Amino acid sequence: MEFILNFWVELGAWAQGLLYGWGLPEWAVNLISDIVGVLILVVIGIMAVLIFTPMERKVIARMQDRPGPNRVWPYGLLQALADAIKMLTKEDVIPTRADRALHMLAPLIVAIPALLVYAVLPWGPNIIGKDLNIGVLFIVAIASFHVIALIVAGWGSNNKYSLLSAFRVVNQLMAYEIPMVFCILSVVLFSKTMSTQGIVEAQTIPYFVIMPVAGMIFLISAMAEANRSPVDLLEADSEMVAGYMIEYSGMKFAMFFIAEYVNMFAAAIIISTLFLGGYKFFGLENAAPVLTPVIVFAKSAFVIFCMLWFRATFPRVRFDHLVGFAWKFMVPLAMVNLLLSALVVKIPVGSANVEPWVQGGVMLLSNLIIIAVTIFILNRAARKIEDAPALKRIVAVER
Amino acid sequence: MLSDYNFIGVFVVIACVFPFVALGLAWLLRPKKPNPVKTDTYECGLQTIGETWVQFRAQYYIFALVFVVFDIEAVFLFPWAVAYNQLGLWALVEAFLFLGILTVGLVYAWRKDALRWQ
Amino acid sequence: MNATQVIFIILSAVALIGALGVVVSRNLFHAAIFLVLSFVGVAGYYVLLEAEFLAMIQILVYVGAISILIIFAIMLSRRLMSPEFKARNEQWLWALVAAAALFVVLVVVLLQVNWPVAQANVPDGTLVELGKAMVNPDQYLLVFEVASVLLLVALVGAVVIARER
Repeated sequence: MEFILNFWVELGAWAQGLLYGWGLPEWAVNLISDIVGVLILVVIGIMAVLIFTPMERKVIARMQDRPGPNRVWPYGLLQALADAIKMLTKEDVIPTRADRALHMLAPLIVAIPALLVYAVLPWGPNIIGKDLNIGVLFIVAIASFHVIALIVAGWGSNNKYSLLSAFRVVNQLMAYEIPMVFCILSVVLFSKTMSTQGIVEAQTIPYFVIMPVAGMIFLISAMAEANRSPVDLLEADSEMVAGYMIEYSGMKFAMFFIAEYVNMFAAAIIISTLFLGGYKFFGLENAAPVLTPVIVFAKSAFVIFCMLWFRATFPRVRFDHLVGFAWKFMVPLAMVNLLLSALVVKIPVGSANVEPWVQGGVMLLSNLIIIAVTIFILNRAARKIEDAPALKRIVAVER
Repeated sequence: MLSDYNFIGVFVVIACVFPFVALGLAWLLRPKKPNPVKTDTYECGLQTIGETWVQFRAQYYIFALVFVVFDIEAVFLFPWAVAYNQLGLWALVEAFLFLGILTVGLVYAWRKDALRWQ
Repeated sequence: MNATQVIFIILSAVALIGALGVVVSRNLFHAAIFLVLSFVGVAGYYVLLEAEFLAMIQILVYVGAISILIIFAIMLSRRLMSPEFKARNEQWLWALVAAAALFVVLVVVLLQVNWPVAQANVPDGTLVELGKAMVNPDQYLLVFEVASVLLLVALVGAVVIARER
């Protein structure tokens, strides 16, 4: 029974024992277990793409009251496999005046940062690729690598729309990276460590309950970083005709596609790790550690469902609204949240005076106050815009 | 710990190999028949007029600069956030000062319309 | 020849190929991409020196922000992208002499100095120590606050210059 409950850890220990038993030196055992771990994580990432592509289309289709793909296997669940076979066999058209080296480089480097993030995501109390001391900083640094790949893709295609879209998407990614980093700093203030496993262990109460403002800012920023609707202006069909991916066909296009979905799944797991409690579930992770990957998967599936829900519901945001929203709204809000977290964390906890949930309660209260103040300020600003004389004339004419 | 990064190194190598494998597989399987009409630049079905160069607005550069400044600010805040638990209340005051100075910069950029996309 | 030395040689190759590519490329955009490769090599050096925080900062700031800035600056100047723009000029012989002299001086210095090797192990909690040092009035507090003033100056200067267009 003990073996079943601790299944994953026991499996790893058994495999390593097997390798030692074959007489391999220590460095070889470490290398082989590293390679196997990496391959498992890469396969999980790719499986995520294969699962979430048809799931996304089915979920959005159901929200729009239509069936979605339902030809490939019952309920269309193997659609991604059919798409993969199609993309493998499409001809690769390289435009005549494109820069061949850069054009071929971009799909190669766009998938690397997306996959690399999986190394620090915790799937259980001891199930993690490698628990780096600076886990979340690693995630942020690798996410910023994505930007270079997109510029190379845009420039290498020698296409006006591709270049324009690449500039815009780079601006979008940069604008939404700052609120993301500030929210991560708020979380790090509460959990006192930057390692992802440490953050999960420190969440007696999930941080989304304590800091809903930071959670929402991070959710929106992560969606913008992954180029998801409603901020996917750069790859919308009616706007830029697939943006920086215009001149790519076949497997190279599939690389961008895979990178986006791998990114999305990684973002969902990061959100569930930082804000929803990771692999914790009211003590289930202590009773039956074998179920922790299932818990992580369930939480990230919920987050992905929320992302798909946003995509199906909201119309696209215009580009100037997009960057204005990031710099003028999200960054100040994230900074206020950070300063408030710094204040609240200083409330002494664990000693004789204060219970842990009091700190969380104070933070939640202050977040609700922030939300109320923000809504008040936005109301006043909206009323000022409505009172502008030009708008009054337009509104009067319409009536 | 330095030996932690062995894993990252192996991961980088395998992550670099994976696109090569996928693209190599595609190269084996796909047809190769280029002709001048197919490989022409895509411009919604029309002929390309003029060179491929768009007017690069200075606004893109301003946004990138503001991003660099705030990025470095966040970099300074990372060690502060990790060590915050072991510091006194004056660490909070100093961080307030740090963020406050940069908030002045953000407000200035906002008021001078540098953050507006025309 | 242990594993650390092999990894050091590989990282040096990456960084040097990047640096060489920056200087040798005819196309300015290619030079920028080789620069990114060089930055990644330097980040690897930081990891080898057990300064992992610096490695991540290198990738975050240099690769993520500054190389974008460089690429945008390249695109702002259309003239540099035209193929008629020569990457060399007539003074290349004197430049070669100066570079060779610098190389000789550096090699002589490197080989003659008795580099002290630190025997102590790098402690594990360097990031916490760095954080404590940054807000300690006896250590780096002034530098911390002056850095924010420097960033403010950079921001204001950028806004002022750009508005005159």
